[in-house]
Amino acid sequence: MSQDTLFDKVWDLHKVSSLPGGSDQIFIGLHLIHEVTSPQAFGALKDKKLKVKFPDRTVATVDHIVPTDNQSRPFKDNLAEQMIETLEKNCLEHKIRFFNIGSGNQGIVHVVAPELGLTQPGMTIACGDSHTSTHGAFGSIAFGIGTSQVRDVLATQTLAMNKLKVRQIWCDNKLSKGVYAKDLVLHIINKLGVKAGVGFAYEFAGPAINELSMEERMTICNMSIEGGARCGYINPDEKTFSYIKNKLYAPKNEHWDRALRWWESLKSDENSIYDDVIKLDASKVEPTVTWGITPGQSISINQQIPLLDNLSPNDKLVAEEAYEYMSFKPGQLIKDTPVDVCFIGSCTNGRISDLRVAAKVLKGKKVSKNVKAFAVPGSEQVATEAKQEGLDQIFKDSGFQWREPGCSMCLAMNSDKLIGNQVSASSSNRNFKGRQGSPSGRTLLMSPAMVAAAAINGKVSDVREFIN
Amino acid sequence: MKSEFTPPIGKISNINGQCISLIGNDIDTDRIIPARFLKCVNFNSLGESVFEDDRKTLKGRHPFDLEENKNSSILIVNSNFGCGSSREHAPQALMRWGIKAIIGESFADIFYSNCIAIGIPCFTLPKKSIEEIQNYCDNQFLFLEIDLKKSFAKSKDLNLNLEIKESSRKMFLSGEWDATSTLLDNENLIENKFNQLPYIKFNSHYS
Repeated sequence: MSQDTLFDKVWDLHKVSSLPGGSDQIFIGLHLIHEVTSPQAFGALKDKKLKVKFPDRTVATVDHIVPTDNQSRPFKDNLAEQMIETLEKNCLEHKIRFFNIGSGNQGIVHVVAPELGLTQPGMTIACGDSHTSTHGAFGSIAFGIGTSQVRDVLATQTLAMNKLKVRQIWCDNKLSKGVYAKDLVLHIINKLGVKAGVGFAYEFAGPAINELSMEERMTICNMSIEGGARCGYINPDEKTFSYIKNKLYAPKNEHWDRALRWWESLKSDENSIYDDVIKLDASKVEPTVTWGITPGQSISINQQIPLLDNLSPNDKLVAEEAYEYMSFKPGQLIKDTPVDVCFIGSCTNGRISDLRVAAKVLKGKKVSKNVKAFAVPGSEQVATEAKQEGLDQIFKDSGFQWREPGCSMCLAMNSDKLIGNQVSASSSNRNFKGRQGSPSGRTLLMSPAMVAAAAINGKVSDVREFIN
Repeated sequence: MKSEFTPPIGKISNINGQCISLIGNDIDTDRIIPARFLKCVNFNSLGESVFEDDRKTLKGRHPFDLEENKNSSILIVNSNFGCGSSREHAPQALMRWGIKAIIGESFADIFYSNCIAIGIPCFTLPKKSIEEIQNYCDNQFLFLEIDLKKSFAKSKDLNLNLEIKESSRKMFLSGEWDATSTLLDNENLIENKFNQLPYIKFNSHYS
């Protein structure tokens, strides 16, 4: 059992009771909700005649179903309109703070909460979305939950959970030029596998992690769940505190001083005990691309798609499924694979720094005429900032469509979808079969810079050839 | 697809039913229920759409389409079942199709806790045992009687020592898998915790 890690400290701090069955009752400091996984939870509250226990501790926005082309109401899609109306009604009825479209603060829930200063070190954070692990970048313990658990958090501000084990993933050295947080996390998932994290929280640590900006750290923690870990976190440091400072909901004045003192005390002890420790060399990571149907099936840009014989027995079954679904041959190079669609956005890589990096690659270049490319800012704040910096113009000049904020083609609940067996170069987080809206659509996950490079060449490319 | 759906309620100690085998590792919740079916404000109609895209691809040969499986209620799966999205719509769709328990090599964490929260016990067995069961199912009907008290399942040919987290087993036996009221029993403790947490105070401007 782990001891004295940040995870242990935050867990113990939030433990309300030991439940009769043996699991813990954990207080949830911040509850985030959106339109897809909350309506049934509010319905269940009504059925059980319960109220929202601490309405101030829940914050809502709308992201999954929003159209990114025309956001005027009512939405063209009746079902989407019904979902946003239901959320509006529920928030109004239960006095829950709601960042709606046009508020200036709407966006993907995991982009919005950090940029508003709601996400803070030492908190427990839950949301009916698996990418809630994102918030762990701030030294909070954050995890995705299902709708029945959303109901429980609304009604009690607590959850029944079993404590997770803790694995430290120590990343030595630093990333080389043209290699990004996305490449590092894809590399980690590939090395450890997509189910290694089951039952674990991942603590990302080491010089390479310390070097990362807060937004890059969010990319890492965001994809913990793709490695099976429901929760991923990074010990907070000066970068964390200065990111939060002056955000809308950050503590102010004397409260800031108190908060800072507490936050500075929050980290894994030097001699803390982990259930497992993995070490890797970040300087060896290269631009990484997925070739299969799980986020663990990735290779470096210059590698070949693995041969069946070179895979472990456990990986063979899914590899065979992947070759067939992706129409790839074992041994084939991933580089130069033609792409039809290029998508930059999502809770993994839809933040301002992602758009800056992509814009730098795109500046003065044109998207291949065979490619449909679009950029979807992660939030209204990101969109505003991008416009102030002229990034939107760089995207548009290159041939990218510039869209309104939302989850968009990461999971294709709106009209942004692949068609048929199109190949997409995507900065999102999942390459599952059918994930991007077409039951035969094919997704290649990569960093936003790599998506930009793919858009220009019309095929999977090494972004290092674009930057000096 | 069963005609009448009644959700489980209260104590769950025995589940008897026919097994349905679904082979594959890392079957994610997008495959169990594609995102387009998440555009709903209740779970009622999800049962018919379970594995929609996989079923269409297999044109009637998917286990969930086979006539001989239509009354099955115990799903046999391989490893990391239910990975990916946290959507409770996935176990809800399985439950509404008729699944009452799942036995597999391993389950993704969020999927597993969603199953507990809606009353679907998930058991694990070693890879070899799962493959034996799946082979058995290929050739003949397998009816299992699962006893949660003993974590044991039997059929006319098989005796299985099922594994399940002790806390989950107890929750099913006591009925506390439906956790809201148990959690609310500690209302005073919840209030105390709220008042003690350091950040509640320095974030008083939240309210």
